[in-house]
Amino acid sequence: MLRLLSIEFYKLKHSRSSKVLSIAYFVILSFIALIASIEFNLGDIQIRIADQGIFNFPFIWHFNTWVASTLKFFLAIVIVSMISNEYSNRTLKQNLIDGLSKKEFMLSKFYTVVVFALLSTLFMFIMTLILGYSFSDYTEFSIVTREMEFLLAYFLKLVGFFSFCLFLGVLVKRSAFALGFLFVWWIFENIFYGILRWKGSAELADSIVQFFPLEAMKNLINLPFQRLNFIEAAANQLQADIQIDYALHWYEALIVLVWIFLFIYGAYALLKKRDL
Amino acid sequence: MNTILTLKNLTKHYGKVKAVNDLSFTIEKGNVYGILGPNGSGKSTTLGMVLNVVNATSGDFKWFDGNDTTHNALKKVGAIIERPNFYPYMTAAQNLKLVCTIKDVDPKKIEEKLEVVHLLDRKDSRFSTFSLGMKQRLAIASALLNDPEILILDEPTNGLDPQGIHQIREIIKNIASGGTTILLASHLLDEVEKVCSHVVIIRNGVKLYSGPVDELNASHGFFELRCERQQDLILALETHPDFSSLKEENGLITAFLKNPLSAEALNSYLFQKNIVLSHLVMRKESLEEQFLQLTANLN
Repeated sequence: MLRLLSIEFYKLKHSRSSKVLSIAYFVILSFIALIASIEFNLGDIQIRIADQGIFNFPFIWHFNTWVASTLKFFLAIVIVSMISNEYSNRTLKQNLIDGLSKKEFMLSKFYTVVVFALLSTLFMFIMTLILGYSFSDYTEFSIVTREMEFLLAYFLKLVGFFSFCLFLGVLVKRSAFALGFLFVWWIFENIFYGILRWKGSAELADSIVQFFPLEAMKNLINLPFQRLNFIEAAANQLQADIQIDYALHWYEALIVLVWIFLFIYGAYALLKKRDL
Repeated sequence: MNTILTLKNLTKHYGKVKAVNDLSFTIEKGNVYGILGPNGSGKSTTLGMVLNVVNATSGDFKWFDGNDTTHNALKKVGAIIERPNFYPYMTAAQNLKLVCTIKDVDPKKIEEKLEVVHLLDRKDSRFSTFSLGMKQRLAIASALLNDPEILILDEPTNGLDPQGIHQIREIIKNIASGGTTILLASHLLDEVEKVCSHVVIIRNGVKLYSGPVDELNASHGFFELRCERQQDLILALETHPDFSSLKEENGLITAFLKNPLSAEALNSYLFQKNIVLSHLVMRKESLEEQFLQLTANLN
């Protein structure tokens, strides 16, 4: 396993564009901390984002992982080109001739993706702790450790998304088309949801579309803004019911795990079937 | 003798096209093999199959004694097919280091092998800055990293200029003289003739011949003769039992053998008949002539 990882990281290490994009990703991740400094005036009231409870434990786990997961597209580019470059340079063929098996090739990519996701999760863990201890109103250990399952959700979401990228890279062989395909697929899921909702009902649409890959990944970490203090307060005043189920459920994780397996196995099967 | 590669009824169909059809042959250790065939005869497809990049439709092949998986066996093989494939953004040495990691080879070999192909002074240049000849030489260095049991070369001189072709040939000859088994696919006959001891000839995916170059044809070669008394010479040759046919061109007589006969024996036979030669050369048909004969026989 270490041999496969070192092969793949060696390839990435010497590629300037992969290096720049990966570093940019982690730099931008750390910019989440800057949200703390956003201040604006609403009439006579000065609002400071950091005071609105977004950095309170345990909510901060939810908020940070959600914001961070929107940045995954940076790494998606690296991952898609990681596959498509092997095709365009014909180095995939050379790797196989040199004695790497197709299975080892696919595993080396998958392990790399898992390491990327782990690094990103670790980064978020440390950053969230720092931000939380600086701004949270509650810092008791029992509160800090509550809802840490969002880190797990974050990790799964990244691995799932990157596996999808790997699969598309193998399927389409060209990075631009693979990313385009990803976008088209996202539109397709939304249109499909719209049609189901229009012809059937919202419940029907939700129950079917939750099995789709992108929607399944989205469900791991739901939109966190309804949980903000001032929105909850506003909703209470309006007597509106915005009870949204934001927790991580086992079946949501399972759906994503199944997709990860399908994507990686599918990519391997495609590779195995193809003549180079 | 140790068998390095065995092909058994290997077949590849691309839709209706039969690229390789029921191909069987074996490669023994220590010989230099040439796979001959016109463009599109299935040479590269055959090599692709044994190198794990093309899936066979049916049939089998095994490396060495067949006890290891193909990809592990390939770690003991060096191969270059079609054109050199490397990561353009890495330098020569970096590319070779990656190959070392894949093949589980000590990276110390890198400098030694770059020296073999005269690229040591360019080891820190990026692959994308190399000329085609240099890329091809780097590919040979990469294939040699593991001191392979067998070196497979597919059209190694394709697209090179005369100097490049010469350099590659010299390198191949040096490697062959070191005792490495070589399998060389080419449509250039003189190339194969210059370095190979054995040939496999395929056309349209079907094997026509496999064996030593010398035994390619049943023919025993021919003599080129010249002398003052031409009529007597022709008469003497016509009565000799070992000749099948004669040809005269510009006073030079070409006599084709049907049985083996040494130049010495012929010379003394003619001398007894009081015919003194001014020119005596014994020759074998060139590979090109034999190849054309062999393919013509089938038409």
